[in-house]
Amino acid sequence: MSAASERSPTDPVIQLKGVVKRYSMGNNEVLAMRGVDLTVMSGEMIAIIGASGSGKSTMMNIIGCLDTPSEGTYRLDGVAVNGMSRDQLADLRNQKLGFVFQGFNLLPRTTALDNVELPMLYDRAARWTDTRREAAAALARVGLGERLDHEPSELSGGQQQRVAIARAIVTQPTLLLADEPTGNLDSHTTVDVMALFQALNAQGITIMIVTHEAEVAQYAKRIVEMRDGQIIRDTPVIDRHDAAADLAAMAPTGNLVGAH
Amino acid sequence: MKKTTLFKVATQSIVKNKLRTMLTMLGIVIGVGAVIVMVAIGNGAQSQIEKQIGNLGTNMIVITAGSSAQGGVSQGAQTFNRLRITDADKIKAGATLLTAVSPVIVTRTQVIGGAGNWRTQVNGVSTDYLTIRNWGVSSGELFSDDDIRTKKKVVVLGATVAKNLFPDGGAVGSSVQLGRSPFQIVGVLETKGQTASGSDQDDVILVPYTTAQDRLSGFSFLAQILGSTASTKEIPAAIAEITQLMRDAHQLNGGNVPDDFTVRDQTAIAAAATSTTSVMTGLLAAIASISLIVGGIGIMNIMLVSVTERTREIGIRMAIGARGSDVLTQFLIESIVMSVLGGIIGLLVGLGGAAVLGKFTGWATATPWSAVVIAVGFSAAVGVFFGYYPARKAASMNPIQALRYE
Repeated sequence: MSAASERSPTDPVIQLKGVVKRYSMGNNEVLAMRGVDLTVMSGEMIAIIGASGSGKSTMMNIIGCLDTPSEGTYRLDGVAVNGMSRDQLADLRNQKLGFVFQGFNLLPRTTALDNVELPMLYDRAARWTDTRREAAAALARVGLGERLDHEPSELSGGQQQRVAIARAIVTQPTLLLADEPTGNLDSHTTVDVMALFQALNAQGITIMIVTHEAEVAQYAKRIVEMRDGQIIRDTPVIDRHDAAADLAAMAPTGNLVGAH
Repeated sequence: MKKTTLFKVATQSIVKNKLRTMLTMLGIVIGVGAVIVMVAIGNGAQSQIEKQIGNLGTNMIVITAGSSAQGGVSQGAQTFNRLRITDADKIKAGATLLTAVSPVIVTRTQVIGGAGNWRTQVNGVSTDYLTIRNWGVSSGELFSDDDIRTKKKVVVLGATVAKNLFPDGGAVGSSVQLGRSPFQIVGVLETKGQTASGSDQDDVILVPYTTAQDRLSGFSFLAQILGSTASTKEIPAAIAEITQLMRDAHQLNGGNVPDDFTVRDQTAIAAAATSTTSVMTGLLAAIASISLIVGGIGIMNIMLVSVTERTREIGIRMAIGARGSDVLTQFLIESIVMSVLGGIIGLLVGLGGAAVLGKFTGWATATPWSAVVIAVGFSAAVGVFFGYYPARKAASMNPIQALRYE
């Protein structure tokens, strides 16, 4: 991948220009995105909010290189994504993106360590030599250094999401994409996971969170709201919440990592 | 993804889903096991059939004296009688493909003793005679090589002769008079029944050919020389060999001298044996391929179900950077590993089953190496063939839909 050479330091991580996404459902044509412009710079923590059907999932798929725009251009970390083949998109996802999903999406009956190791095994650029050590380090980074051999069924929801986050950051992606990461978690665990996102962002990882929960969006630095396939609001968060502080205030159930 | 890593991922997935793996393998286990058992039984049955047809004398070669023509009038077979004991000795010494050789001197005589008398055919033969004819004694034993050397006056009665002279048994040990000489009865032959043309094969007595020459026939020519090979396959080569030995013995080489003898085999019976064997082989191959195909379809079924069941897993793998080819290879490896593993287990089950069946039926249920190699090789091929479609289906999935699959 020659992406590194194409990129200049001032390039944004995400650059959408006039992106339109059309689906044909039978005879009807659905416009999921109607000309979206969006630029996200390195180090941002951005929340995409909107009701279902607003087009935020479609945008997420395009930004996540799972789909390509019908019109307009998308550049990820300086690389033009338009017109790439399935294989090229797969490689791009492996090299530059980390995914965190609502349903955790860990491989069942597979240890945390094996789950986190997986993306490195698919690396065609062969960036990793000691994948076991890298995976263990990533798990330590999300506070699960002692649960390497646990399978998803032996972990709580919050812990499973931490494993998923470790899997997303282990390849040192340019962008961490989280699709409703707290959708399956209780309020305490939600704050706990958001604290982890904030900590990772503070370490320089660019994070984009798609959510429909307004409180969750308050932990981001910037909120983009969508409706009917268009961005209707794009504002910085004025009263940004500090998840670690919120967690301390919630006290009684204690810290999630220590509690389980 | 490196092939070794893919192999690791595939085998992990196999180990983690033991029930699914076992169900998938079951089809191939049964298929290959059935093939091995069937081939073993088929082989046992085949050798059994060959043995039975062999009893008819398929491996027997008959050498008779040739015809002679006097003044353009052919005198028919065996008129020019130049078949001698020395010819039999030369064939015995020189033929590499014959397992047994016996000269046969034929004469007829009156047998007196026991309950009365009986006129019958006397065959002067060597100790190989019963081997060649696939014949045995029901009581007593055949005379020995020593008896032949010393021209001893011993006789083995055919079943019909024994029944007529000794209706109450007790033939062995008694003596009968052949011509003017008393002969000691050393054995009674098993009942052989009629020939295809209706003559009673049991209406005969056997004596050493040396004794027959001296005491009974009074001449030194042989009616025929009998030989037999280990199996029907060697018969054509053995005939060629005998022909050459006989031509040498009769000094017919050089010039276009025709054979003064005839070498024949049981062509019709041998052909029946060969066609029976090939029908058996064809039948086995047909049943074997059907059961392997059924096993293969079983694998495809489970793999297809497995692909649907693992849609989400495929989506995850694709989201984190697996290419379609990675997913395809992974599923193919899974299918091949399962079918080969199933093939090996099926092989062991089949070998065990064949051994047990062999014990019960008393057949020699040997499994040839070729069957083992073909069964395991074929099961791998089944894995590729029936694993490809489901793997292809997995590889062409849309990651977005796969991730959303519930």
